Amino acid sequence: MEDIEHIPKEIQLVDDSGRRLDGRALDELRPIRIEAGVLKRADGSAYIEWGDNRVLAAVYGPREAHPRHLQDPARALVQCRYNMAPFSVSDRKRPGPDRRSVEISKVAGEAFAAVVFTEQFPRTSVDIFIEVLQADAGTRCAGITAASVALADAGVPMRDLVASCASGKIAGQVALDLNKEEDNFGDADCPMAVVPRTGEIVLLQMDGHLMEDEFDRAMKLSMNAAMKIYEMQKEALRRRYVVTDAEALLEERGVDT
Amino acid sequence: MESSTPQRQLVIPGELIASGGLKSGEGTYSEDGKVFAAQLGLRSERGGVVSVIPLSGRYIPRADDEVIGQVVDLGPSHWLLDINAPYPAPLHATESPWRVEFGDTAKYLDIGDSAICRILQVDETKRVQVTMREQGLHRLEGGQIVEVSHSKVPRIIGKGGSMVMMIKKYTKVQGFVGQNGRIWLEGNVEDVMIAIRAIRLIEEHAQALGLTEAVKEFLDRAYAQRA
Repeated sequence: MEDIEHIPKEIQLVDDSGRRLDGRALDELRPIRIEAGVLKRADGSAYIEWGDNRVLAAVYGPREAHPRHLQDPARALVQCRYNMAPFSVSDRKRPGPDRRSVEISKVAGEAFAAVVFTEQFPRTSVDIFIEVLQADAGTRCAGITAASVALADAGVPMRDLVASCASGKIAGQVALDLNKEEDNFGDADCPMAVVPRTGEIVLLQMDGHLMEDEFDRAMKLSMNAAMKIYEMQKEALRRRYVVTDAEALLEERGVDT
Repeated sequence: MESSTPQRQLVIPGELIASGGLKSGEGTYSEDGKVFAAQLGLRSERGGVVSVIPLSGRYIPRADDEVIGQVVDLGPSHWLLDINAPYPAPLHATESPWRVEFGDTAKYLDIGDSAICRILQVDETKRVQVTMREQGLHRLEGGQIVEVSHSKVPRIIGKGGSMVMMIKKYTKVQGFVGQNGRIWLEGNVEDVMIAIRAIRLIEEHAQALGLTEAVKEFLDRAYAQRA
């Protein structure tokens, strides 16, 4: 790290008025849109657009755990796979699991295992798939946010949804929800996932360095943002399960339903 | 169902659904005397118990449910049935309606065959046992099976069986609706196709208001077109 410190940082991440490259304030989220139930074959699914991130999540189960030796006679396994599409980044990503995606799969799976009532389904497995179609920093947070909507859509019993958001440090200032440029040229990135009802933290990672007070401020930013994201998640689920008027739908479509 | 009960509230996991006085029922959990939803579904309150009627999710076997199982494996004295649940269900030869000689199981039910059976018991570790030694439980011959989400089964059956009876009356199709979301239909192919479309309509709009009337209208129109 030290030997590149002398290279001048070309990008000015925060301008004099405190605006970021994409015009956001330091405590502002990127625009988020969540849609639940987008896949027919999966038990539950969700799609999220978070800034320039595009992530699809699918959930299967509880279903029989395979291979059999993995089965836990007392509870369900929560298995997660985070995967990036080859076309999700500007340079082609070599397909298949790598060090980074294996790690993210592990920590995301553990975050969900904390909320799912695993003891209700012994010997089974709940399988979560997070597919990143387009990446622009913060994909694990987008993935976890979408996967938790997919879990609820799949009818998996759980204590609460999981909301996730990152914050970090750019140009010496603490900022919420870093985008790609900010992540690449910033000083630190700190993703977290929280159980909104209790405030329990189920995932916390950090890349780079933060001072203790900076960390506290970053956590506060992430926590506030997670509550907003939680509302969006609930809204997405409500939209999917609205009570519709069957007659009106029939009218619309005619007899050939 | 639709006329007698007011519109039910949609709840999302983690949502507070009762803050005291009510007991925690299915699809819920309690913490510090408060009850929260554990599943996405509709809030329901009955006899001091608050529960959540799920709108999605896998079928979890329960004793006394009548289900349609498909044979996936054979043993010398048992069959292994797939009942659309996370757990396979063994059917022992002694629980079948036939006198099965040791090793002769394939004679009566072979891999791929389907049968209506009843869940005999489910233990704490979710080990399932099924039986066919009761009235109305039999091997399925002919017809076809359609699958729907098990959470839609109550709407397909309707209040007191009204919906399913209406479909049978219009289409003159023989059928059986398993609690696990498998539906067996037999009859004239065109009638079966109409019945399937009616079922898909119910499945798609299971939470809709005025569903019975809509399905009736659909059947009326479908048969008016053919006449």
